Amino acid sequence: MARITLDNLAHSYMAKPGSEDDYALKELNHVWEDGAAYALLGASGCGKSTLLNIISGLLQPSQGRILFDDRDVTHAATAERNIAQVFQFPVVYDTMTVRDNLAFPLRNRGAKAEYVAQRVNEIARMIGMEEMLNRKARGLTADAKQKISLGRGMVREDVSALLFDEPLTVIDPHMKWELRTQLKGLHNQFGHTMIYVTHDQTEALTFADKVVVMHDGRVVQIGTPEELFETPEHTFVGYFIGSPGMNVIPARIEGNRAYVNGAFVELAQGYGALEGKVEIGVRPEYARLSQTEGLPVNIRRIEDVGRHKIVRADFFGTDINIIAGEDDRISADMNRVSFDAAHVNVYADDWRVKGAA
Amino acid sequence: MEKTVNHKAWFLVLPVMVLVSFSAVIPLMTVVNYSVQDTFGNNQFFWAGLEWFQEMLAEERMWNALGRQILFSAIILAIEVPLGIFVALNMPKSGFWSSFCLVLMSLPLLIPWNVVGTIWQIFGRVDIGLLGYTLESIGIDYNYTQDTFAAWVTIVVMDVWHWTSLVALLAFAGLKSIPDAYYQAAKIDQASRWKVFRYIELPKMAGVLMIAILLRFMDSFMIYTEPFVVTGGGPGNATTMLSIDLVKMALGQFDLGPAAAFSIMYFLVILLISWVFYTVMTNLDRREG
Repeated sequence: MARITLDNLAHSYMAKPGSEDDYALKELNHVWEDGAAYALLGASGCGKSTLLNIISGLLQPSQGRILFDDRDVTHAATAERNIAQVFQFPVVYDTMTVRDNLAFPLRNRGAKAEYVAQRVNEIARMIGMEEMLNRKARGLTADAKQKISLGRGMVREDVSALLFDEPLTVIDPHMKWELRTQLKGLHNQFGHTMIYVTHDQTEALTFADKVVVMHDGRVVQIGTPEELFETPEHTFVGYFIGSPGMNVIPARIEGNRAYVNGAFVELAQGYGALEGKVEIGVRPEYARLSQTEGLPVNIRRIEDVGRHKIVRADFFGTDINIIAGEDDRISADMNRVSFDAAHVNVYADDWRVKGAA
Repeated sequence: MEKTVNHKAWFLVLPVMVLVSFSAVIPLMTVVNYSVQDTFGNNQFFWAGLEWFQEMLAEERMWNALGRQILFSAIILAIEVPLGIFVALNMPKSGFWSSFCLVLMSLPLLIPWNVVGTIWQIFGRVDIGLLGYTLESIGIDYNYTQDTFAAWVTIVVMDVWHWTSLVALLAFAGLKSIPDAYYQAAKIDQASRWKVFRYIELPKMAGVLMIAILLRFMDSFMIYTEPFVVTGGGPGNATTMLSIDLVKMALGQFDLGPAAAFSIMYFLVILLISWVFYTVMTNLDRREG
């Protein structure tokens, strides 16, 4: 187990990167604390896998250093780093039995036979494949194969870190939940440093102590699930986390008021003069429909998703979402919306601006 | 579900059947016809039954040719398959040099058999050939027209030069189909180079390798042109393969009956060995699965 430090790290797949756009992973400084469970969340192609492969040593970064504790491993081979990694699509050794598959990483390190047998049995129990240990891995279903891949990742106890690259993509939904719980349990039990890449926010929020949100090759926010929800540091975080995501409305800020098309929204804090593209962000959970209070909206459509209703509306030309309780009655004359001032965030050029009380 | 019976469907198969009869069945039947009859010309035939077959089976000449043939196929398979895999493993996987290698590798495959034979016939000559002359002048006794061993080395090297590319290209195609994640996972699992080959590359190549082996076996077992051009089957009968012997018998001596019987047995042997190869290999495949 180790603390992993990224120091001025950046990567480009081009030989001679010029502008910042050429970098798949933009300059990054971050410390992954020893024994913490992280989720790396972001849309496809945002650099998550690149970052993961750099940590595991499958990729050499264009610049910067990686430290495991205090040891510089930037140019160390994967084997020296003692990392376990599970990939998005199952990798099994077809010609081996399930047992040999699970034992493979241990045997390659010259572990003793008794220890191997004991570990393999433990892991097989964990992934629910004790019955299948003696059959060949070829011809198993995709999720069985992925469970073997997960098992191979977890079989070594002394790893520096466990990396997961969207490991549950091919797994059935009910099994997904179960495996995730087991991973979480494994983390609580052994305290490995874990980094879990995903584009599924539920997965990220349930798995991790801290979620690292990436967007366009950049880490935009690192925080607890609650922080990501309450105070998204970047409009992308607001939009990406939450279902539906945060409403982002162009506005002009004066002191503690945000003007939208002449009308204004009260803010909990005051702000100075802001440059660039100024917007306010409000989660649908903190918007409320009423007959009398707030600013005018046009309701387009109401979707009842079971535990609440999502109101899709037009607010001065911007599409917004409002969440109403399942039992709230919505009538035709409820055409005003009000926002909870304490939960309205202000953004300049997509980054959150802190106000002064 | 009940099966629909419609005899008109036979008409749809008819064109293929006509084509196959003219290209394969009828010529083969002509050979069968010769093999069971005797003729003294003038289109007069006498029934001979299985006499030609018995005569051929009793002849040492055919057994010797068969022995040489099996030895030849065994040697070239033992060289070309591992060498082809080795070449494929060491080829650049992408970019300009990959295409360059592919073109370079395909070149020998594009040269007509006859020309390959001529190239090596001249290349190996002691008086004017680059190879033969060089070997001779550094004191190695090499003369494929007189020395059996030299003749064998020449035709084996020639076949390896001509056909290893085929195995390499097929193996390369198999290697290219392996996703990167497999190699990455192997690195994470700290698999040695040998284990990567044994547990990832070889299983993924097994299918194409089977085809490569089958093709190389059938082709080498029927080889005619190249050794005929280089050595003419000599010195003596040292490099007389089955088809060279067959042609000598049929066209050289005009023994049509025995030659026809010989052809049929030759055909059956190839069919049998190919079938055995195929069955054994697909079974191996299934047992692994």
